[in-house]
Amino acid sequence: MTETINKTTLIHELSQFLDTDSLLFKEEDLRPYECDGLSAYRQLPMLVTLPRNLAEVQSIVRLCNQHHIPVIARGAGTGLSGGALPLETGILLSLARLNKITNIDQDNCLATVQPGVRNLAISEAVADLGLYYAPDPSSQIACTIGGNVAENSGGVHCLKYGLTVHNISQIKVVTIEGELLTIGSHAMDAAGYDLLALFTGSEGMLGIIVEVTVKLLPLPETAQVILASFDDIEVAGRAVSEIIAAGIIPAGLEMMDNPAIRAAEDFVHAGYPTEAAAILLCELDGTIEEVDEQMTVVRDLLTSSGVSDIRTAKDEAERQQFWKGRKAAFPAVGRLAPDYYCMDGTIPRKTLPWVLKNISRLSEQYKLAVANVFHAGDGNLHPLILYDANNPGELERTEEFGGKILELCIEAGGTITGEHGIGMEKINQMCIQFEDQELEQFHAVKNAFDPHGLLNPGKAVPTLHRCAEFGAMHVHDGKLSHPELERF
Amino acid sequence: MTDISITLSEQIQDACSSQQPLSIIGNSSKSFYGNITHGQPLEISSHTGIINYEPTELVITARAGTSLDEINQALTEHHQMLGFEPSTFNNASLGGTVACNSSGPRRPYAGAARDFVLGCRIINGKGEILHFGGEVMKNVAGYDVSRLMTGAMGTLGVLLDISIKVLPKPEDEITFHLEIPEQQALDMLTRLRSKPVPVTASCHDDSGLYIRLSGSSSAIHAAQKNTGGDIIKESKTFWEDIREHQHDFFNNSEPLWRLSMPPATNIHLEGQTFIEWGGAQRWLTGQTDNIHIRDTMEKIGGHATLYKNGNKRDDCFHPLDNNMFKIQQQLKKAFDPENILNPGKMYKGL
Ligand SMILES: Cc1cc2nc3c(=O)[nH]c(=O)nc-3n(C[C@H](O)[C@H](O)[C@H](O)COP(=O)(O)OP(=O)(O)OC[C@H]3O[C@@H](n4cnc5c(N)ncnc54)[C@H](O)[C@@H]3O)c2cc1C
Repeated sequence: MTETINKTTLIHELSQFLDTDSLLFKEEDLRPYECDGLSAYRQLPMLVTLPRNLAEVQSIVRLCNQHHIPVIARGAGTGLSGGALPLETGILLSLARLNKITNIDQDNCLATVQPGVRNLAISEAVADLGLYYAPDPSSQIACTIGGNVAENSGGVHCLKYGLTVHNISQIKVVTIEGELLTIGSHAMDAAGYDLLALFTGSEGMLGIIVEVTVKLLPLPETAQVILASFDDIEVAGRAVSEIIAAGIIPAGLEMMDNPAIRAAEDFVHAGYPTEAAAILLCELDGTIEEVDEQMTVVRDLLTSSGVSDIRTAKDEAERQQFWKGRKAAFPAVGRLAPDYYCMDGTIPRKTLPWVLKNISRLSEQYKLAVANVFHAGDGNLHPLILYDANNPGELERTEEFGGKILELCIEAGGTITGEHGIGMEKINQMCIQFEDQELEQFHAVKNAFDPHGLLNPGKAVPTLHRCAEFGAMHVHDGKLSHPELERF
Repeated sequence: MTDISITLSEQIQDACSSQQPLSIIGNSSKSFYGNITHGQPLEISSHTGIINYEPTELVITARAGTSLDEINQALTEHHQMLGFEPSTFNNASLGGTVACNSSGPRRPYAGAARDFVLGCRIINGKGEILHFGGEVMKNVAGYDVSRLMTGAMGTLGVLLDISIKVLPKPEDEITFHLEIPEQQALDMLTRLRSKPVPVTASCHDDSGLYIRLSGSSSAIHAAQKNTGGDIIKESKTFWEDIREHQHDFFNNSEPLWRLSMPPATNIHLEGQTFIEWGGAQRWLTGQTDNIHIRDTMEKIGGHATLYKNGNKRDDCFHPLDNNMFKIQQQLKKAFDPENILNPGKMYKGL
């Protein structure tokens, strides 16, 4: 039975099974939860719950279902699309306290962890077994595995090792009815429909993830990186295709354009050529023999493709140095202007020259500078638009420009988000990427799990008659919501 | 090269309004698989052709009726392959392969069909043509419907076109053989799992353990020095026979069970077993007690499928618990409200 309920009664009911420090309702306590990594969107929740165990999660969700109160799951709040943005009338359900690694199964190369465990903590816990968890978003010191599953997060190594969806084996979820459901298995498949894939990337809209079993991989024997410079970004783009065509799948294949190179070099002195139009970082990993041979092939290919300079990291220290510039690219670009807006689209690699040409045309049209950082191997582009929110109208111009870039990605045959998710941010571009009937099908899927629309309502899939507002990842005066993290 | 999407969509619209169940039929190479369904045939096999193949983008898009042979041939010309090494059986189509999530010897080391699916066009049970995912590697816009379709055996939608990530062919492959019994083989596979050894296939039969290594010649020979064993002559055909179920073990008309379990599991079931996938996929014949098989699998966190043969074809897949079944039924309803697409093919009521 549903009954409407006011905040006071709800607090009373929740306090029957939650400690006082697991239930926040005063404004100053709610403040830290008003936004995720996309800080332009802010909203205080009605209240925040911080359960310590599964039973508490189930009780909270049951209560919400009973009273028809929206529930918004939150991991570490590093999401960049407003996925964990609260609702004024909803409960924010933080999974951060469920942060234990519950089992490491070395024989099956699996680790079972609670949803609030940080991505990097898993690899750290199994390093002495010679194992690691492959997906490595650059927020990995902070973001949670629950959030990773909800966003299907990637990292620089996903060209070779896959995204979150390829690296998990089982999840347990609490349904909106408060039931515990085991999805997937510790085997390589499970009976019935592949709900594991459906849940991965579902942005907290279908259920609350309360446990994740991840796959562990053996650490590679060795890794080597090449830094190649180009006078022409199109030549760099062609070199990427040639490496792939030669049958090599690098562990990482990253590209930066001149503004990004200069900013990174200024910031961390990685040894980048500041005159180059583009650089490529190509990392190869595997057995010693394999990496040696592939290094030769890649060097030869690059040389004949018209590279202007090519360097191989001579030792581990230099390898780290080469990566440092790339990893610091976001904050480095952030130093060029008071604000920047980070976009995230994927395009077929061959369209890169066309997309870049159009981005620079738009850049002139909107009178806003752009630096490009590109997961070149898998076509995931992160244009960073530089602006100053203090100049009247500039933020709006930036958002419009950003929207145009996403539309370019669609036009090029790509997608409006490679890894940051739709959340609140890209909800109106969803209307461009998908037809009405497809959006209706998404709603029908949601409805199968959440008939009253209580799980993270209003995110990820727009209603047909209204494409929600458009927002941005605002970075004012270099102050990001997670300044401690490296930016990819 | 023909596109019959519109015809198919009209047929489904008609079936939807008259609540006429449909039996989706590709190239019938796996007609032995899954429960028997009774419906008006919906023929996909003439919906054929490779729509787009970009070797340097590592992606191929083809219509569902396209044969794997045609796809494999196109890929081979560019020294590429389907990473999940699916069975071609008797002229398998791409659609049937994806609908069954059919994955071969390379599966534990490279991924299953579902891991390589990037996007698809489908027709849902209302006859609507819908497009999900795309041709790029990274795409998190909307729910992952493409992967949901993989393994759904057509019960959620008719696959029209599918985009698949492809992989470069390894430079070289060798297979070595160790004459060791089952338990010792499983122990060795477990040890290898946590080591950076370029294993890409494994199996154990009466004659011992076979392991395939792939990569550069020097790398795989170096790895083989450490593992020991004798290199066999016909590596390629050896694994083809297993993939195509031409290996002697499968030459049998008894019920063939596919057991899926955590790879390092030690179990014993009466009958003959053939172990694949590092221990994660085991084939069983000579065992007729369905309930015993399923109970055993349940206990170890696995599941059992009656893959082929056997006289009852209404209970091929491992039963789902009530909560899970209810959710799957709701999902079925979301795609196929009139329950006309391959009803009962996976489970009664789905
Ligand atoms: C500096 C920086 C760098 C980044 N780099 C990358 C990168 O390289 N690659 C990449 O993919 N992303 C990157 N991100 C984005 C972000 O870190 C990822 O999306 C991450 O997975 C979010 O995890 P979280 O725990 O912070 O989730 P949150 O932000 O708290 O939540 C994200 C979404 O998941 C849902 N959710 C969270 N936990 C659960 C749960 N237990 N059950 C159900 N739903 C849940 C939320 O409702 C929300 O919709 C970066 C972010 C920052 C700030």
